[in-house]
Amino acid sequence: MRIITASEVQKNVSKLFLKAGTVIRPDIEKAIKKVMKSEKNKVAKEMLRLIIENARIAKREELPLCQDTGLPIVFVEVGQEVFVKGSLKKALIKGAEEAYKKYAFRRSVVTDPILRKPPFKSGPALIHIESVKGNKLKLTVMAKGFGSENKTKLEMMNPTAGIIKVEDFIVSCVEEAGPDACPPYIVGVGIGGVAETANLLAKKALLLPIGSKNKKKHLALMEKRLLKKINGLKIGVMGLGGEATCLQVKILSSPTHIAGLPVAVNIGCHATRSAGCTI
Amino acid sequence: MKYIVNTNNLNTELIKKFKVGDMVYLNGKVYTARDQAHLKLYKAIKSKKKLPISLKNEVVYYTGPTPKKKKTAIGSCGPTTSSRMDLYTPALIEAGLKMLVGKGKRSKEVIESLKKNKGIYLIAPAGCGAYLSTKVVKAKPVVYKELGAEAIFELEVKSFPVIVCIDSRGNYLYKRKGSTNAKRRT
Repeated sequence: MRIITASEVQKNVSKLFLKAGTVIRPDIEKAIKKVMKSEKNKVAKEMLRLIIENARIAKREELPLCQDTGLPIVFVEVGQEVFVKGSLKKALIKGAEEAYKKYAFRRSVVTDPILRKPPFKSGPALIHIESVKGNKLKLTVMAKGFGSENKTKLEMMNPTAGIIKVEDFIVSCVEEAGPDACPPYIVGVGIGGVAETANLLAKKALLLPIGSKNKKKHLALMEKRLLKKINGLKIGVMGLGGEATCLQVKILSSPTHIAGLPVAVNIGCHATRSAGCTI
Repeated sequence: MKYIVNTNNLNTELIKKFKVGDMVYLNGKVYTARDQAHLKLYKAIKSKKKLPISLKNEVVYYTGPTPKKKKTAIGSCGPTTSSRMDLYTPALIEAGLKMLVGKGKRSKEVIESLKKNKGIYLIAPAGCGAYLSTKVVKAKPVVYKELGAEAIFELEVKSFPVIVCIDSRGNYLYKRKGSTNAKRRT
């Protein structure tokens, strides 16, 4: 057994939220710079430049990239040979809380979704813990803004729907979101399992770095086709048209029931904030 | 076209000049308001109560800033999704609002109301809250302070960049850009 203390976890979670909230993801920055080069629409090009400028200011001033510092989410993979001394759950929640307070992130959480009364809070962070092989503990944090989260869609499709209808549904989700959720987007898709599996996979797909390869060949092909179709919508940065609608489509899948085909789409904005580390 | 506009001197004649796609740099006073503030203002208008601020010839920017840091006037302050305000916006336009600033699509009703009352809707660089914080010189919460980031703040902005998305003739930036296959899926 390898012992990791809860306080070490807490410290790391706090650091990761600072990084996620104030430093643009390097893969996103690279992809935006690339699309900026080929952008012919002058105003759109200028707005893409502002995204890079925004990232520069945010990093320098330790200011949030976006005022919607989101609802904090932590994904944890705990190796079977790891023993966490102290409360893991508390460490994750406290780590997020500490970061939001220390770095002046916005408190965007209402304790009761119906009553919606102040005071607003920064959490508690939502937690997903998974047990994996090995003696490491992997932390991935996400500060998910609701401009994009509100565009999430789940469709329980017919098992015989076929690939074309699945792709049509995914494209329609982005089309419906239009310029609202801060394009250029990264699009996460979850297919299979039950309703919540598909939704969780769609969100996890946003964590995959741009340019990473899907090991399942048929999904890799779908991703490629979908990227082309979505960019064909010509929504563009701020809805100005042009090339920059989507930087990446990633699909994660899971076994499902013979009677069903859950498909979930979760959109990530150009400031999709996530960061990870392994202890 | 590019315009520099003093928001303290807004009037219908000036508003009529702007066309969809124009770049505008705002200087002067801007109120912030988002979901809860809209709901409160709307309720006040509907029940014919006196509004806590006058909306006549004013600008409302949809944002909920992060807390300010020592050296700055305000924290990160980019636009939030405008369509969530659609239900309440026409009443606010009738009460005198001239400029709405946010991000994303608007409803038919908002477009009609802007056309009728000669107002415009502008979009600010979305997801660029840190950059936009450098365009705010002063900020103070003035109404509904208990709402934290959702309070109405009075901002003083300088060279705050926005693009005309709906003009006073009802032209709509997103109508011109390929929204043709919206009903493609049956």
